[in-house]
Amino acid sequence: MITPALVLNDVRKQFGSTDIIRGVNLSVQPGERVAIIGPNGAGKSTLFNLISGRFAPSSGEILLHGRPIAGLAPSRINRLGLSRSFQITNIFHRLSVFENLRCAVLWSLGYRYSFWHRLGALKDARELAEQVMESIGLGWRRDTQAGLLTYAEQRALEIGITVAGGAEVILLDEPTAGMSRSESDKAVALIRDVTRGKTLLMVEHDMGVVFGVADRIAVVVYGEVIACDTPAAIRDNTRVQEAYLGGHAPAQESA
Amino acid sequence: MPVGPIRYSPINLGRWLVWGGFALVLIMAPLLFSSGSSLSLLSLMGTMMIFSLSYNMLLGQSGMLSFGHAVYSGLGAFFAIHAINVSSMGALQVPLTVVPLVGGVAGLLFGVLFGYVTTQRSGTAFSMISLGIVELVFACSLMFPGFFGGEGGVSGNRVFGQPFFGVSFGPQRQVYYLIAFWLFISTAAMFALAHTPLGRIANAVRDNPERAEFVGYDPQRVRFLMLMLSAFFAGISGGLTAINFEIVSAENVSAARSGAVLLFAFIGGTGVFFGPMLGAIVGVLLTVMLPEFTKAWLLYLGIFFIMIVMYAPGGMASLIMMTMRLLSAGLMPRVLPAMLRLALPVVIALTGFVMLIEMTYRLSLDAAHGTSLRWFGLNVDAASTPAWLIAALMLLLGGVLFLRLRGAFLAVWGDAQAELERHAAGRRA
Repeated sequence: MITPALVLNDVRKQFGSTDIIRGVNLSVQPGERVAIIGPNGAGKSTLFNLISGRFAPSSGEILLHGRPIAGLAPSRINRLGLSRSFQITNIFHRLSVFENLRCAVLWSLGYRYSFWHRLGALKDARELAEQVMESIGLGWRRDTQAGLLTYAEQRALEIGITVAGGAEVILLDEPTAGMSRSESDKAVALIRDVTRGKTLLMVEHDMGVVFGVADRIAVVVYGEVIACDTPAAIRDNTRVQEAYLGGHAPAQESA
Repeated sequence: MPVGPIRYSPINLGRWLVWGGFALVLIMAPLLFSSGSSLSLLSLMGTMMIFSLSYNMLLGQSGMLSFGHAVYSGLGAFFAIHAINVSSMGALQVPLTVVPLVGGVAGLLFGVLFGYVTTQRSGTAFSMISLGIVELVFACSLMFPGFFGGEGGVSGNRVFGQPFFGVSFGPQRQVYYLIAFWLFISTAAMFALAHTPLGRIANAVRDNPERAEFVGYDPQRVRFLMLMLSAFFAGISGGLTAINFEIVSAENVSAARSGAVLLFAFIGGTGVFFGPMLGAIVGVLLTVMLPEFTKAWLLYLGIFFIMIVMYAPGGMASLIMMTMRLLSAGLMPRVLPAMLRLALPVVIALTGFVMLIEMTYRLSLDAAHGTSLRWFGLNVDAASTPAWLIAALMLLLGGVLFLRLRGAFLAVWGDAQAELERHAAGRRA
């Protein structure tokens, strides 16, 4: 049997006496694309924060390729091959597009905290950063300060930084939030392109994006995964329709 | 180390020119300014340039606002002066040329010790802890007179051993060249450091420590490493200070000195590598020359600093960069007239303001010298009403004119900025 890329066993999180995540179980196979949907405040982003190490879970087990990662520092989890993006754009504002991406590849190429390598001479770092830059369509913005990019460009850079380090498991938190239709179509194509062959977990509100990208959909309601199945099965799941979609089948919204 | 690709060679040529020019300036400076006082001024500038650059490794490059950087330069200076004294007694032979390195190593070691504590936190907490550390070290310096020399400090004699090819480091000129040598080495090393993986990640941590964590870096470790390296270079500058003045006292590890380096780095500009060097030059000029002309020098320095923080937060370096960009885009002829028109009321208002300040000082702090002042061949009586009226009128007139002309200038300036952006966009397309 193949080791799942990511496993969550009865993961719980309390803030004070409030239960936010109430026993989540989830198993994601390598190469699978899973969308996480759910109403506002259901705990989707908190779940991402637990997996990526931003918060430690109160209890439960998180396995990345079979290794326990619950409670590790974000940098440690990242080095083990899990990378995430953020709902609110989280980039290095004063650095250029190219420098943003170069920062994102340095650790994975083994340069760590080196102060004995000359950055300009690191061909591998430059080429990898340039390759990612082209793939997210920002090659022509190479030397632009990241803080001066348009919103859609910053979102693309956010995804670029997330995938540049070559992590096998990618978490994207609402990658198309705040985008126009055409922008989000582009973003979907980009996400497909740069996460090819990788394991993808994605929080998303836009049903068009969800049904267009995901192999499986996990529905989170009140800190629990109430269903996790193929898009077709989720669409027909009466429990999901009641709890989350209020009777409106997502089929109407999906293009 | 692998050699960069061929397309980078034009940049390397430019780099050779810049560094060659820098070396040439360092060599030529004492020939152009050869008087005793200018030599000591140049020497002081050299040590302050290293100190400011090392400070900017924290502030500009890593986003750490330290209020206690003098701890590292000061302790470096104390170890250096003790190294000099031990050597001149013949117990241990540390050549004077290597003494700055003693300061550097001392700075580094205390960087490890104190940096471990300060870099546990970032932002405001870091600043506060760094202030706590400098007060602690300052207090210690008075508590342990055996090492720190108490109120009087520790003095030494830099001339020891046999002269090496006629170089005894007695004359100030020889000391200047020693400082210039270490300045060149340190500047090159700090510049190189800014262009390493650690240097770049320090920028990333400055911009967004959280994101740095999610690309595999521990921001605390990055800050700690940068602080240690910065403390090393601060220690070198401290060692050179010890050689230059042959005396080190508690003032060298004080919060006042830590504040001064912050001031210098910021005035010069923290966003550009050479900014702090510029700040050190201007800062030393202001703090050494201004007191010769006026008792109110600290007030002027403070106002200058506030103006920079408010209207040119990128420091003087950013103003220079902007001028260069305007020049290269050919926009200077358009901006210059409006700038000059604005300069006139500024000069009038400033003159009035300075007159008011100077007359106030003459009537209060400086009353022992009488009320008569002499400016540019004119006798002014600070006790007379007309002098005050004229000064107030100039300030008022200049101020009103400035406010009226400012709108026109800002319009031209805004146009030029927009044009610059179009220029940059055009080059990309």
